[in-house]
Formats: sequence, C-alpha cells, structure tokens
Amino acid sequence: MSEQAYNFAYLDEQTKRMIRRAILKGLAIPGYQVPFASREMPMPYGWGTGGVQVSAATLTPDDVFKVIDQGADDTTNAVSIRKFFEKTADVKTTTNTKAASVIQTRHRIPEDELGDDQILVYQVPIPEPLRFLEPRETETRKMHALEEYGLMHVKLYEDISKNGRIATSYAYPVKVEDRYVMDPSPIPKFDNPKMEMSAIQLFGAGREQRIYALPPYTKVVSLDFEDHPFDPSRAPHCCSICGASDSYLDEVIINDDGGRMFVCSDTDYCERRVAEGHTGVQVSGDAA
Amino acid sequence: MYVAVKGGERAIDNAHAWLAEERRGDKKVPELSVDQIREQLSLAINRVMAEGSLYDPDLAALAIKQSRGDLIEAIFLIRAYRTTLPRFGYSEPIETSKMACDRRISATFKDLPGGQVLGPTFDYTHRLLDFKLAADGEIPDAPNKQANQENVPHVAEFLNNEGLIQQETRSDATPPDLTREPLELPADRALRLQALTRADEGFTLGMAYSSQRGYARNHAFVGELRIGAVAVEIDVPELGFAIEIGEITVTECETVNQFQGSKTEPAQFTRGYGLVFGQTERKAISMALVDRALRWEELGEDDLGAPVQDAEFVLYHSDNIQATGFLEHIKLPHYVDFQAELELVRNLRKTAFESQKMEAAE
Repeated sequence: MSEQAYNFAYLDEQTKRMIRRAILKGLAIPGYQVPFASREMPMPYGWGTGGVQVSAATLTPDDVFKVIDQGADDTTNAVSIRKFFEKTADVKTTTNTKAASVIQTRHRIPEDELGDDQILVYQVPIPEPLRFLEPRETETRKMHALEEYGLMHVKLYEDISKNGRIATSYAYPVKVEDRYVMDPSPIPKFDNPKMEMSAIQLFGAGREQRIYALPPYTKVVSLDFEDHPFDPSRAPHCCSICGASDSYLDEVIINDDGGRMFVCSDTDYCERRVAEGHTGVQVSGDAA
Repeated sequence: MYVAVKGGERAIDNAHAWLAEERRGDKKVPELSVDQIREQLSLAINRVMAEGSLYDPDLAALAIKQSRGDLIEAIFLIRAYRTTLPRFGYSEPIETSKMACDRRISATFKDLPGGQVLGPTFDYTHRLLDFKLAADGEIPDAPNKQANQENVPHVAEFLNNEGLIQQETRSDATPPDLTREPLELPADRALRLQALTRADEGFTLGMAYSSQRGYARNHAFVGELRIGAVAVEIDVPELGFAIEIGEITVTECETVNQFQGSKTEPAQFTRGYGLVFGQTERKAISMALVDRALRWEELGEDDLGAPVQDAEFVLYHSDNIQATGFLEHIKLPHYVDFQAELELVRNLRKTAFESQKMEAAE
C-alpha cells in the first residue's frame, strides 16, 4: 500500500465529516443507533471496521492511540489495527491505558479507570440488542421508537425460570438514561458497571452501518429484576502473574491433563502490577 | 511458566511473507502477468468488476492475481480501493438500445428486428474437457462478419406497443446511492436493483433458483438477453452538453413474466430486470428473477412468505463482502466472551448438581 496516496487516517474528509455527524447525533441521543453510510475498509467487515471508522473520524495528529482486543494489546487483530493507523495517520501509539487519548477496543473495557480526556471506541458486531429476539430491522427500530422492551424482559425472565439465573454472560443488555436498551458490544458482563465513566464512549458497527454513543457520566443500568439483581461475575481466582483479585481473568490451559491457570485479560494492567512488584501464585498442573 | 503470548506482530509479518510465497507458487513455472489474467480469465474479471462495483479490467486482474484467484477476496480488494476514490460526477443513464451487441438473444420470439446473435457463449458447447488446451492453446481465427450498426430495439417494447406488458413508470428522480447512504428499508426498486447488481452471484443464483422451484414461483421467459458495449456520457456543466468519456461492456436481461391480473389491473405480462457490468449473464438473469419476485407488493400479488419475496432478507444478506467478513470474524479470538460463558455453564451445572444432591438426600 502506498500510504501517501491516502488521506490522514485513511478516510477522506467528507466521509469523516459524515461519521462525525453520526457520532454527534449519537452523543445527543445516548443509546440510540444512528444509521451511517459505512465505507468498505481495507480490513474485513466484522473485524472492527466500525471501530476503525469511528477512530479515523476521531483521531487528530496529536492523539495517542491504543488498541486492545480481548483486553490485550498484542492479539493479532489489535496489532493489525494499530499498524493500520501508524501507517495511515502516523499517530503515536501506546499500550499504556493511562497515556492513551483514544482507545479502540474489542470485547473489553480496560481495568484502569478512564478519565474525561479519553475516548473509548468499541468495535460492535451486532448493534441491535433485540436482534436475536426479532431478526427484522424494520421491527426492532419500531420497538425502540415505542420503547417496547417487553420481549427482552420476557427473555430474561425465561432464563430465570429455566436456569435460576439470567443466562447471558457477555453482551449483557443495558438501559441508557431510562430510555434506550443498548447492546454494550460483546464485553463480559463484568465490565458493564464500568460503563458509567468520565470518558466518552463511542460504538461503531461497520457492517450493520450503525453508530451509537454514551456521553461522560451517562446513566447505564444493566437489565435485571428486583429479586434477581444484576451480578457482574468473574472467575473466583487471582491472577497467576500479578495476583490481582479485581481484574477480569482469562483461563489458560497449561498441560494435557487439563491443568489451568488464570491471568489478567488486560495485559497492560497486569504488566504494570508486575512492574510495581506484585506477584501471583503459579499453579502447577492441578486443575484449579 | 506461562507467559502471555507475545509476538503477534512477528507472527503476522511472517504469515504474510509465507502468503506471498504461496501466491507465487513454484518459481520454476513462469509468473502470470496481469495482462494474461485480464485477457484469458475475462469472465473472472467481469465478476470482480460487477461485484466490486468498479469497472476497471486492469485493476480487477491485479486483484485476482493478488488474491490467488479467490474472487471474493479480489472483489474485496476492489471495493476497498473503490471507496477511496473521489467522485467527479454522475454519468447520464446508459442507453442499452444503442448497445453494440456481441450477443443478443430472445427466448420469446423466433426472430425479431435486430436478429438473434449467439455471440461468444458456452451454450451448446459439449462440456468435455479439451485436453488439447493442456498442450497448446493455439486456436484458428473465428469467422468474421460486419457488426450490425443499427439500434437494437428492446423486445419488451414490442409487447409494450400492444399493451400486453406492464408499463414501467418513468421517473427523473435521482436514485439513492447505496454506497453513500446507509441501506434503509423499505427500499425502492432503484435501490434494490443497485444492491442486486453488486450482490454475490451465488446468492443471487440461489435466490432466483428458489423462485423457479416454487418458493413464490413466477415463471420467467428470457424476453431478451444482450451483452455488448455502451457509451458512458457525462454532462459537463461548462459545455452545456454531455460528452462520451468511455465505453463499458454490460449484460442486460429483461424477463417477461406472467401476471394473472389483480383487482385494478387486467392480465398482462410483467418484467424483471437485470443489468450487470461485463459479460455476466448468469448473474444478470438471476438478478432479473429476483427483481421480479421482490415486486410482489407493488403488483398486488400475495406474500407467500418465500425468502425471495422478502426484501429485507435478500438485501441484508446478498453482499458477499459483508457476509464473508462477518462469517470469518469468528476466527478472531473470542476468549473473553468464551470465558464468561465458561463461568456461566460451570455455575449452572453446579446449581443443578447441588439440587440433585439435595433431592437425593431427602
């Protein structure tokens, strides 16, 4: 690719303006899905094209950019997207959550609390929280307009009657400012409470041509029932590397006997804790 | 000790280097040139141009070479390139009745003004492997004849004169632009046709075939299929008139379908329409059948609940770049969501076992 032939951050200015308008509309109506004329990007639909377009429209030459996938900076697709912006926008990049001004993420919210000078950009595969209850876009748009969310509550209720608990563990639906039910993207429900934050949160769904947003300090409530309150569960372990007991953990299989260990999914958080002198307990072989 | 997997960056670079090597294949075999691909794999070029929505045989050839012959990957390369191109303007509608036809057939009339021209078709070839091609590809020159210089009228117009075929309402409204506006429903016919002309050939074929087999059956005659070059004209404001900026080859198909009539309309024929870049007749015919099936509402036909009648179903699933991207994204790591599911299933099982134990104890 002869990157000089492309505009700053790849997209032309007209396209960025169109995306910025959608972002502003999204911020003005928190949780509402704004249709936008998503472009074909040089990476496949479903691989973060929505997030990439939102980041492209958001980045300025002075920004410091961080990309995570599954919480980690070094997963292959995060590397690929980071390289794309290094090449096309020549922005500084970092893995340090606190040093980044724009963070593009897939499936996680960083463990460190974000500040009001930061923007968190989510990659969204299916922006419609009602999609798996009603496949038709024409219907779901109507349901949002009429605030008709009974179907969602029935689904959650059926979960409880069948399983004794709500059987949704990621992409757990939230209600924004008492109005729109919103898909938080496939983050684990452990991350849901963090969405009430001081940073701007932008959600881009490229293939589905939707952008939505949460302004800072927006009220975000995970759907639940009085007698079955929302429970942001995590694996009941500590990180084997840094010993953290408050972070979201990935399970890693370490031998043929099914031995497992748990490590922080947020690699930056984990590395910083190790640098600060925290250590974890290495489990050896035994099934934890 | 387990160390968080590093080196994603190096792995990606190495994978790409390997890919380049595989693409080249055995270096003892001469490399394919882009010209060879353009000239000798022209139907692949046509498909890439049609579904990539960009008429440029050289770029299509390059994309096919780069994608190792994976046509959807080639289409993707073209789409990603196309989206970066500035828009200078919009052409006048092309005039297919002035087409220089390489091929023009009608299945509804034995002979007709303009004649039947078979052109370079696979039809009536016996599908026997030609082992001579494996040895040498030399061919004798095909016989020549002076091309027809006359305008070639559309078959549907003959029926139109008799009032036998439904009149299409003329409109000078600017059609919506699928590549500049998000697809929103209900989609009018112009927008549906736009989506169909770049739709995946296989998907469109399957949808059309389903309508032939009885899912919202509507028997179609190929009223006319024509392939050839048409001029592209653009209006230059400074000049005050349109000038020709080039020529493109397109395939146009008009089907003639029965229509029983409705409360407001007497029995007559109706049409489906397909227009696709290049020589792409399977796609153009499929497009015409799907177009016709999607017109059930406007023609006052029954909704039979068939997939091909469902504009939302057809339009949302016909784009192979969207489809392949989303399908293949499940290769990406999902261990965070999977971890959440693991915890959930473990908890559900634990609860179930505990209640079983309780019951057994009682």
